Amino acid sequence: MPRISHWIARRLSHLDPVLLLLVLVLLGISVAVVASASGQSAARISGHLMNIGLALGAMVVMANVPPHLLSRVGMPLYVTGVILLVAVALFGEVRNGSRRWLDLGVVAFQPSELLKLALPLMLAWYFQHNEAVLRVKHYLAAAGLLALPFLLILRQPDLGTAMMIGVSGVYLLFFAGLPWKFILGGGVLAGASLPLAWGFLHDYQQRRVLTLLDPSTDPLGAGYHIIQSTIAIGSGGLFGKGWAQGTQNQLDFIPERTTDFVFAVFGEEFGYVGMVLLVALHLALVARGLTIAARAPTLFGRLMAATLSLNLFTYVFVNIGMVSGILPVVGVPLPLMSYGGTALVTLLLGVGIVMSVATHRQLNKT
Amino acid sequence: MAITSLKNLDRELARFQLRLKVGAGFVALLAAALLVRGYYLQRVQHEYYVQRAESNRISLVPAAPHRGLILDRNERILADNYSAYTLEINRAQMASLERTLTELQALIEITPGQLRRFRRLLTESNEFETVPLKSRLSDEEVAIVAANRYRLPGVEVKARLFRNYRAGPGMAHVVGFIGRINDRDLATLREGGREQNYRGSVHIGKTGLEQSYEALLHGRTGFDQMETDAGGRAVRVLSRIPPVPGKDLRLYLDAELQAVAEHAFGDYLGGLVALDPNTGGVLALVSKPGFDPNLFIDGIDPDTWKELNESAARPMVNRVLRGIYPPGSTIKPFMALAGLELGVRRPEDSIVDPGYFMLPNSSHQFRDWKRGGHGVVDLRRSIAQSCDTYYYRLAVDMGIDRMHDFLAQFGFGEKTGIDLEGESAGLLPSREWKQRRWKKPWYPGETVIAGIGQGYHLTTPLQLAAAVAMLANGGRPVPPRLVAAVRDPVTRTWAPVAPPPARPALAIAPAHLEVVRQGMLDVTRPGGTAAASAAGAPYAIAGKTGTAQVVGIKQGARYDASRLAREHRDHALFIAYAPADKPTLALAVMVENGGSGSGTAAPIARAVFDYYLTGKRPGDMQFGDDNAAD
Repeated sequence: MPRISHWIARRLSHLDPVLLLLVLVLLGISVAVVASASGQSAARISGHLMNIGLALGAMVVMANVPPHLLSRVGMPLYVTGVILLVAVALFGEVRNGSRRWLDLGVVAFQPSELLKLALPLMLAWYFQHNEAVLRVKHYLAAAGLLALPFLLILRQPDLGTAMMIGVSGVYLLFFAGLPWKFILGGGVLAGASLPLAWGFLHDYQQRRVLTLLDPSTDPLGAGYHIIQSTIAIGSGGLFGKGWAQGTQNQLDFIPERTTDFVFAVFGEEFGYVGMVLLVALHLALVARGLTIAARAPTLFGRLMAATLSLNLFTYVFVNIGMVSGILPVVGVPLPLMSYGGTALVTLLLGVGIVMSVATHRQLNKT
Repeated sequence: MAITSLKNLDRELARFQLRLKVGAGFVALLAAALLVRGYYLQRVQHEYYVQRAESNRISLVPAAPHRGLILDRNERILADNYSAYTLEINRAQMASLERTLTELQALIEITPGQLRRFRRLLTESNEFETVPLKSRLSDEEVAIVAANRYRLPGVEVKARLFRNYRAGPGMAHVVGFIGRINDRDLATLREGGREQNYRGSVHIGKTGLEQSYEALLHGRTGFDQMETDAGGRAVRVLSRIPPVPGKDLRLYLDAELQAVAEHAFGDYLGGLVALDPNTGGVLALVSKPGFDPNLFIDGIDPDTWKELNESAARPMVNRVLRGIYPPGSTIKPFMALAGLELGVRRPEDSIVDPGYFMLPNSSHQFRDWKRGGHGVVDLRRSIAQSCDTYYYRLAVDMGIDRMHDFLAQFGFGEKTGIDLEGESAGLLPSREWKQRRWKKPWYPGETVIAGIGQGYHLTTPLQLAAAVAMLANGGRPVPPRLVAAVRDPVTRTWAPVAPPPARPALAIAPAHLEVVRQGMLDVTRPGGTAAASAAGAPYAIAGKTGTAQVVGIKQGARYDASRLAREHRDHALFIAYAPADKPTLALAVMVENGGSGSGTAAPIARAVFDYYLTGKRPGDMQFGDDNAAD
């Protein structure tokens, strides 16, 4: 018995207490909000709790994997992910008009989810591998590694995921020291290619953007989501209507309200005070992650911790921005809040990686 | 090498630290953007979004009030409501209207007439309105449709209140009918600021009392404030303002008297109106033919409408209010009274009637209806025998201006102000009128024929009745009224309807009036023109016959009713009141193509008097129970 408890203590010692506390507080809020949004459906709540348990388990496991081991799975994982994306493009299952799912007989899953971690791991490994001899060509090669899955996911089409994965790669390049001239040049290039990109967007994607600019043009169609969610948030006011008291929520006016639009429920029932608290918690999470990055002994650890932290907040920004009507509607869940197992597991795996970086301080023995 | 590598590493680390700070700054920027947006939505625009959320959540469901009942003087029901299921179609909710109709026809019987009516209503309604296809569904039909509802989107079975006109075609011109609210009605309601009160209503009064008393009959619409979810389903009632039913109307009119009068017309068409000369209350108002008002409630099918509208008998025209005819000889009592009051005649002044009248310096003969004339005729006799020559001369002596002014006091030439809409004012000619209307001077010959109620003078049966009521009550104008009392639906108490302000009674010398009344009594006595019709009556009738020409008769030719086609015969008129000493009923009868007042109009009046004064019903009349349901 003492040996087992000792073993458990060792495993748990790899959890960063600050990150753990923040994650648990956010997940606690999440349970309350999902309970309210689902009309206190026992099935939804227990499903959510199970997802949380699973994801926390994955986090603990990941926190115990030393970074030097992690860095080795980067390339195989990336290669697998890209192959699977190609497989999706060839044999994938079409759901809701896009080819994203791969049916493996037992489970159907989206390979793009895999790339959310595989791409940063791959790039971080790549930069670590070439740490001493970094040249421009390495950045170009990294950009190529980034572009390949990005384009594959974009043509599924899944603009939201492609953008999020692309952004995580850009963050990593940025932290890896991509020269400013490339950053600025890339920014200008991206800006200039916007009109061109518009032409490549699918009809429904264009409509989402247009709807954002003026939701009232399509009040019953694409604009309905944004109109109803902004009404929910705005009517919440300073302190909100109280838990399970939001009329927009309880009377079904908010679509997808346990998943992508869960923030509308949160905003309606907990108000501006709740929103400030939520953003503050996420900022604390990012601050802790960046602190870990600053203290990390290896380039791989620095890059992973910094990228994953920034990435997390990017999800927060894109989701709340979309639900509150300043960004187009893309299918991005709110981290640590939305119902949904895959996204939660992926996210806490990332947190686990950051924890691993934080608690494995010794230099890699390569 | 190792040192440069280390220095490099230091530089790398410093650069990374800088990039971390830039990253942190970037995150702070994103967070600030979210918080600003949140502040804008939740603090700045809070009120606006609260309102939006409330209007999302709360919907007002109007609750239509029960329409007031219409009862006769004995509280016999003339119009009431019943509840029934209707099959209604909402086009906006179905993929193909035609397919739905076909499927429905396979389930329940839908007649071609119902289909035609439905299609007409479709063209009159907007896409989102529900339109009734079939009303009064049987329980079985309700069950069939309900069982198949899942595959018939947009098909609804609704419990609705229906108007039921129990009294039948004879009462159609009094009670009128309601119909579906159309664009014109809506515009009127909007102008009057009343549209809110019609939010739950489908029908509105279109004619008759239903129209003129719409404001009282309709009642006040109630509203249920419902909380509804995004799918539009009501979750709960937040508050409820119950509808207030419309007020019930009690008429002066006696439904049985009305039926007797209608029956008395037999095959003839025409109009009759009977008033209480003391109050102006309308005891009977018959316009034949009538029509079935129930046909109009949910829209009439086009064929029936065409038939009604284009029929030569004009069943949709209320002859009592809108039929205008020359008063003919019924004007004579009023002329006689004018002669006395203006000092142009004394009762004993007599003429010797040669059977015609000629203006000075003219060879044109204005003929008396009686070939060879009436001999010596004084005022009483002139009324009793309806001597034309007497009145030709009287008119000339009086002059058209004085004649116009005196007759105007009896309401000729203007609306009586009855509580129904669409009344005609008729026409009381004058020199000034002719100049204005025709830009021509008044000719002496026109005065002559005006003396016997011919020429330009036009009256409605209602005007004649109101005028003869003044002879009956001693000169007091009594505007005809249908509604006697109004019942509050809550307190269930009747409140009498205040009569409109009437003009003061005419200052007529009682002696003058008495002579005229005696003359009218003589009409129904042996030797009078209507003696036969009054024979054996246990009460005295004062009356006056008349005819209104339909076709002109050439100089020298004779009018012979029996040789004319019926539609060219004169309209028969009769005005009367009884009992002569203490009148309780005054009436005017007009029989279209009846030939002569004495022949067809007076007998109808007699039947009405008999029933009203003695309770005697025509022997051949079957009295059904009008009050039996449906």
